[in-house]
Amino acid sequence: MKSSVIVFPGSNCDRDIAVALEKMQFKNTMVWHKETKLPKSDLIVIPGGFSYGDYLRSGAIAGKSLIINEVIKAANSGCLILGICNGFQILTETGLLKGTLLRNKNLKFINKDVHIKVINNNSKFSKKYNENQILKINIAHNEGNYFTDPEHLIKLQDENLIVFKYCDEDGNINEKSNPNGSINNIAGILNSKKNILGMMPHPERMVDEIISNKDGVNLFSSLLN
Amino acid sequence: MKINNQIIEKHGLKLEEYESIKKLLKREPNLLELGIFSAMWNEHCSYKSSKIHLKKLPTKGRQVIQGPGENAGVIDIGDEDAIVFKIESHNHPSFIEPYQGAATGVGGILRDVFTMGARPIALLNSIHFGSPSHIKTKSLLNGVVSGIGGYGNCIGIPTVAGETKFNETYNENILVNAMAVGHAKKNKIFYSKAKGLNKSVVYVGSKTGRDGIHGASMASAEFDENSEEKKPTVQVGDPFTEKLLMEACLELMKDNSIISIQDMGAAGLTSSSVEMASKGGLGIELKLDKVPCREENMTPYEMMLSESQERMLIILEDDKEKEAKKIFDKWDLDFVIIGKTTDTNNLTLKFKNEVVGEIPIEALASKAPLYDRKWSKKNSRKNKINIKSLKKIKIEDALIKILSSPNHSNKSWITNQYDQSVMCDTIQKSGSDAAVIRIHNKDKAIAVSVDSSANYCKSHPITGGKQIVCENWRNLTAVGAKPLAITNCLNFGNPENKEIMGEFAECLEGIKEACEFLNYPVVSGNVSFYNGTNNKNIYPTPVIGGVGLIKKLSQPISHNFKKDNSIIILIGKTFGHIEQSCFLKENYSIIDGMPPEVNLVNEKNNGECLLKLMNTNLILSAHDISSGGLITTISEMALTSNYGAKINKPKKLTNIFEYFFGEDQARYVIEIERKNLPKVEKIFKENNIYYENIGITQKNYLEIQDELKINTKDLFKINNEWYNNY
Repeated sequence: MKSSVIVFPGSNCDRDIAVALEKMQFKNTMVWHKETKLPKSDLIVIPGGFSYGDYLRSGAIAGKSLIINEVIKAANSGCLILGICNGFQILTETGLLKGTLLRNKNLKFINKDVHIKVINNNSKFSKKYNENQILKINIAHNEGNYFTDPEHLIKLQDENLIVFKYCDEDGNINEKSNPNGSINNIAGILNSKKNILGMMPHPERMVDEIISNKDGVNLFSSLLN
Repeated sequence: MKINNQIIEKHGLKLEEYESIKKLLKREPNLLELGIFSAMWNEHCSYKSSKIHLKKLPTKGRQVIQGPGENAGVIDIGDEDAIVFKIESHNHPSFIEPYQGAATGVGGILRDVFTMGARPIALLNSIHFGSPSHIKTKSLLNGVVSGIGGYGNCIGIPTVAGETKFNETYNENILVNAMAVGHAKKNKIFYSKAKGLNKSVVYVGSKTGRDGIHGASMASAEFDENSEEKKPTVQVGDPFTEKLLMEACLELMKDNSIISIQDMGAAGLTSSSVEMASKGGLGIELKLDKVPCREENMTPYEMMLSESQERMLIILEDDKEKEAKKIFDKWDLDFVIIGKTTDTNNLTLKFKNEVVGEIPIEALASKAPLYDRKWSKKNSRKNKINIKSLKKIKIEDALIKILSSPNHSNKSWITNQYDQSVMCDTIQKSGSDAAVIRIHNKDKAIAVSVDSSANYCKSHPITGGKQIVCENWRNLTAVGAKPLAITNCLNFGNPENKEIMGEFAECLEGIKEACEFLNYPVVSGNVSFYNGTNNKNIYPTPVIGGVGLIKKLSQPISHNFKKDNSIIILIGKTFGHIEQSCFLKENYSIIDGMPPEVNLVNEKNNGECLLKLMNTNLILSAHDISSGGLITTISEMALTSNYGAKINKPKKLTNIFEYFFGEDQARYVIEIERKNLPKVEKIFKENNIYYENIGITQKNYLEIQDELKINTKDLFKINNEWYNNY
């Protein structure tokens, strides 16, 4: 499996995701935002961080960068795309994923381990998980409050495009177990062709027992066919 | 403009200092030159009141690669690895503009670390606020915390540990100290000393604006009711640009093109150029027309005194400009040759083809004023407190008071606003005795902690100074690290007041004694005087930041109880020292008496023995005993775990409050498995360590025989309420 990680000025989880991908036996290449060609890849990752300082709006400037045209082309031809945190924000700015990420409900940056439930384990990104499996995973964002219009929300549900929802330790999905105010506790969604996943939590932070746990491992192993 | 007394005073210079300037120049300075003198001669940059005392601190050791005097200290952690670290204050700007003040404090200390060739791997902070009920406290707390988070989160360095304290002494002068820790290759450390004639002096990073002019002078004076008006002297931070600057510098450092490098911190272009030249025994000539400016029509005076952030000065090897510029172009940063090194030993400033200022470098550096200020010894006679004369209370109520107090409450409201996990090497984060950070791709880790004890230092500065060094040393030991070296941030009041100067001298005496005994040298630091408003000085608050090494990484020891029915042991002697304790403060509002005595021999023996036990894998959990005493420590071990404890009453008939709440030093609580007790006791006996077998862990309840029984879930709740309700 070949992967590419797009590096924007201000990306800061690029090394973390590269380490995780290599650990999971991906052959990874880092791609600088000023480049106009993508190496041949099965998976493109847009990492977390503060691309272009998140000035204007999170992900807004990155959504208009040179390399992003190539990402859009690759996405349209079926390449797998994973956007994590700022990467998710960038994907919504490009229109590859619908909806938007508002400021957290409490108006503060939140970094902590939360629980998410695997709602759809039938995607290329999640097939190694069990349905309704509860994962403990780290979040770190200021704008993770996912919002979308009612029509799209119905579509997300009907077409089974919601992959992860925030829940509590016991799997309860409610307002109390929602860290950032996202609509219906959504933590990660697919596009309708199901080749693009955007998620706020950081699976790359959960692949090493001594640092945290290994709850992120199956996301990467799902991608390895 | 003719220079008069009013202008001199406005520059924070004394009239006699102005006389020395004239003597050194052999003429009157012009306004630009006066500004430069004021930037270099103020307390913040010159250390004129503190230098004599700082010289006494131990700064050497086999582990030390670079001690004080550089951008940051450097220590050896084995193999080819070095750790670069420093702490710095940003108190004055943070009080005036909390968000930007705190943010640029973080930015400044990060630059100090990556300037030396290290990739920053951890941020820490020590923040002190006034009483929670003071009108300014809430908004200052909010601003400072979001400022620290805003900068660290964006640049992507984890903020892993810190301390937050409230005390009315900081009502009108908060403290914001930020510490950064970086990892470098031992043979790839970069210094600020210039070398060689006619070498290019390059300006890189952000453009220069009008922000922060006279920032360093502001930090060298007390506040008064007009302090708000000083807002324009606070710099504005841009963590995004700092991230680019960091990556660009680290990329350039892979090659051999840098002779010397210095960040533009306090006093900006002035201090960076003077420092590089003075260390190299050279002159430096700057063409100010070349300085990249953010605003139009900036004068040489403004350019030289601006404290705009995210800028660096680099002296390059010959013929390296093209390659170097390529890197900065890649990162969209300015890269401009603005001058060269000379043999004149002068700082020469040219603007529009004219020399607009010329000052001998030594007049600004080595000939800057040095004061041996008068100081007086602290009167240490105190009233004895008789605990029996105080109103009777229940242990449970006293404990609840402490655990729910602002200073002891769980701080996740703060730490959840910091990204503690980015870089994926944070093994243990805030809330532990010390944070533990893995060295990337290696099988070893460092432990880091920051500590202070202002009440102890106020009561008896020598003991207080010793105590914080010991507490910091203990915190690293409690997670299984061998403490290696410290950085210190010395926050004090007005040094022209001889009692304050006495607090300074005596705290330093204590720090020195402890550091020497523990082989725990000071490798970097910062002095912040004039913390006070309208003649009201803050309590002496030296802050110690320590770094220790965990040589072989297994799971580090954390402080929460791990198992049911294991043995709890108290290491160290309990005398029941209750004066200056958190117990008296929270329950009786008494802040009086002497701090607990510090016995360095016990401190060292107990700590080293604990490390031995840890190396033989005999310990399940460990926690150092500090503010709040034994029972607070045990509660903290129970709070975050599924287990409580059943604790025996002391055998010898001492006062039970003194036993459980006394703050005697050199003590730890450890948890071990029952079957390991003989082995552990044998090691204690061989090493002559005093210990007490005080109880066992149990499910659900924290219990003291006949005195206390409380559900650990309730304890957790009690401990987590304050911030959320504030």
